[in-house]
Amino acid sequence: GRARSSLGNTVASIFSRGITDEAWDELEEALIAADVGVEATTELVEGLRERARAEGIRTGDEALGLLKEVLRLELGVADRTLSRREDGPSVWLVTGVNGTGKTTSIGKLAARHVREDEQVVLAAADTFRAAAADQLERWGEAVGARVVRAAEGADPASVAFDGHASARAAGADLLLVDTAGRLQNKKELMAELGKVKRVLDREAGQCDEVLLVLDATVGQNGLQQARAFMAAVEVSGVVLTKLDGTARGGIVIAIQRELGLPVKLVGLGEGVDDLAPFDPDAFVEALFAEVAQDVTLGEDEA
Amino acid sequence: MFNALSDRLEAVLGGLKSRGKLTEEQVDATLREIRLALLEADVNFKVVKTFVARVRERAVGTEVSGALNPGQQVTKIVHEELVRILGEQSAPLDLGSASPAVIMLAGLQGSGKTTAAGKLAAQLKKKGRTPLLAACDLQRPAAVDQLKVLGERAGVAVHAPEAGGDPSADPVAVARSSIDEARRLGAGVVIVDTAGRTNVDDAMMQQASDIREAVEPAETLFVIDAMIGQEAVTVAKAFQEAVDFTGVILSKLDGDARGGAALSVAEVTGRPIKFASVGEKLEEFEAFHPDRMAGRILGMGDVMTLIEKA
Ligand SMILES: Nc1nc2c(ncn2[C@@H]2O[C@H](COP(=O)(O)OP(=O)(O)OP(=O)(O)O)[C@@H](O)[C@H]2O)c(=O)[nH]1
Ligand SMILES: Nc1nc2c(ncn2[C@@H]2O[C@H](COP(=O)(O)OP(=O)(O)OP(=O)(O)O)[C@@H](O)[C@H]2O)c(=O)[nH]1
Ligand SMILES: [Mg+2]
Ligand SMILES: [Mg+2]
Repeated sequence: GRARSSLGNTVASIFSRGITDEAWDELEEALIAADVGVEATTELVEGLRERARAEGIRTGDEALGLLKEVLRLELGVADRTLSRREDGPSVWLVTGVNGTGKTTSIGKLAARHVREDEQVVLAAADTFRAAAADQLERWGEAVGARVVRAAEGADPASVAFDGHASARAAGADLLLVDTAGRLQNKKELMAELGKVKRVLDREAGQCDEVLLVLDATVGQNGLQQARAFMAAVEVSGVVLTKLDGTARGGIVIAIQRELGLPVKLVGLGEGVDDLAPFDPDAFVEALFAEVAQDVTLGEDEA
Repeated sequence: MFNALSDRLEAVLGGLKSRGKLTEEQVDATLREIRLALLEADVNFKVVKTFVARVRERAVGTEVSGALNPGQQVTKIVHEELVRILGEQSAPLDLGSASPAVIMLAGLQGSGKTTAAGKLAAQLKKKGRTPLLAACDLQRPAAVDQLKVLGERAGVAVHAPEAGGDPSADPVAVARSSIDEARRLGAGVVIVDTAGRTNVDDAMMQQASDIREAVEPAETLFVIDAMIGQEAVTVAKAFQEAVDFTGVILSKLDGDARGGAALSVAEVTGRPIKFASVGEKLEEFEAFHPDRMAGRILGMGDVMTLIEKA
């Protein structure tokens, strides 16, 4: 139900009355409204203003071109492929705070690789949350992936171990390890996750991917999450979920700036096919399209 | 103990005490820092704007109390205003007189609805009531099983469709039949868990509205994650429109998010935040405290107690 206007239109509308202080303020507001964060926004806009001055930029179109260039540069560089291995099952460990979409994303990933005729095993190393393993099992049944699980309260690292042993024995191509949601300020739970990773590293040589699942509605705490999970388990990429809602997930700009951590996949719904590779152009476009709407809304209401 | 905001205020205003009325300059210098603190706490930028304007109006010309410096005086006003919006006192559940009384939960995916349903059930049971949990999320894989496990832990019965998680079953019908089931069991309260939904999914928002109409809840509680950012406003407004909620549960407050969403939601919906969910275990559930939340949003809980006493 929402009308999405293109980046061109909306940012151009910010600069439509020329490149004024007001326009820069509006741009700043648009970025903050997208959850990019005050610090990253201030730095971005300052850098842009400086370049616009230095390069003698006068028209809205030119400003728009510059803005696109800068944001693409922010998000551009990273390699977004998911690492695989030939000797034994590739191991992808999936982590994040509570309720972000870890289990669902695993289901979607499994579906994708089963469809490519790979043998996929899911390890239910969330032994904590009520019916977490049942949820993973339903996904496994639906997409055709075997699930390795243990009793509630079992040691997650040992479930990961069993999952890997079982995947290796079966000659599986891919092992996806689901973990319990944990808030990054809980030291014991973060240590427990560290142990899961160490066990997998030991068994597999090294985890091929450690994915951090971030909810696109998250605000500034997203940066804290990324810092803490990076420190605990050397995250290799972000899965940004729930982009089918109205949230824009702008915090990933701050995350990539500060930590160099790329978004690799996006979640676009609850269905099995609602997973896509991260597309920086589409992301930047959506970042502004709706933000600019918000800004206008705000003026209307005021 | 001083922290970021206090330090910044100290830096712009100096620690000097000054007598007389707050000047525009003093107020503006303080509010610049407050504005930043609120944005960093994820308060929606539009809410920040109206809030700061309101405080400015109130603060300019106010007498500085002897024990405070101007920055502290403005901060004190800011804090009072925050507490006022957040609801002064914690608001209790109001279950009315109908029997069974219905509590319905609604919110975005993964916000903590099912967990909160279990917690409410456990709490009401402890208070001597007989709750029944109604499993009206027939969508998410194993959502019904999750509620059943929580019901078992809380020692509370769960009403679910036959097949457990049959996606073709109608959640509105399950909600309706839970009322009959409650009467049959002699349960005085029905807690209706619903599927997560995004605010732009019109069909799902309509379903939430239909469930509400079918069970006429005494309390409809909107569950929102304390880590949510700027979208809190849009989401809360959409849920208010669809289910006209009577209160809010702020979840995952055991994390380290500043929780500015609390202010955004309270400001744009005018509905009280009734509970704070502070963990994954059933007993980790408390009444919401506006004053604590105000300090948390400003990132200066400890300092506030000092200022308040002055
Ligand atoms: N709209 C939407 N919902 C999603 C998306 N990804 C996951 N969800 C929903 O978000 C909710 C939480 O997803 P889960 O996969 O259970 O999340 P989790 O991270 O495994 O949660 P915990 O294990 O409890 O920490 C479910 O209702 C999912 O259907 C997405 O991309 N879009
Ligand atoms: N740390 C913490 N975790 C919580 C809290 N409330 C819920 N959770 C966790 O957050 C995740 C999602 O909780 P659920 O109760 O399943 O959320 P939901 O809103 O029912 O999710 P859907 O039905 O998929 O939309 C689970 O891992 C819960 O254990 C809380 O207050 N603190
Ligand atoms: Mg999970
Ligand atoms: Mg649920």
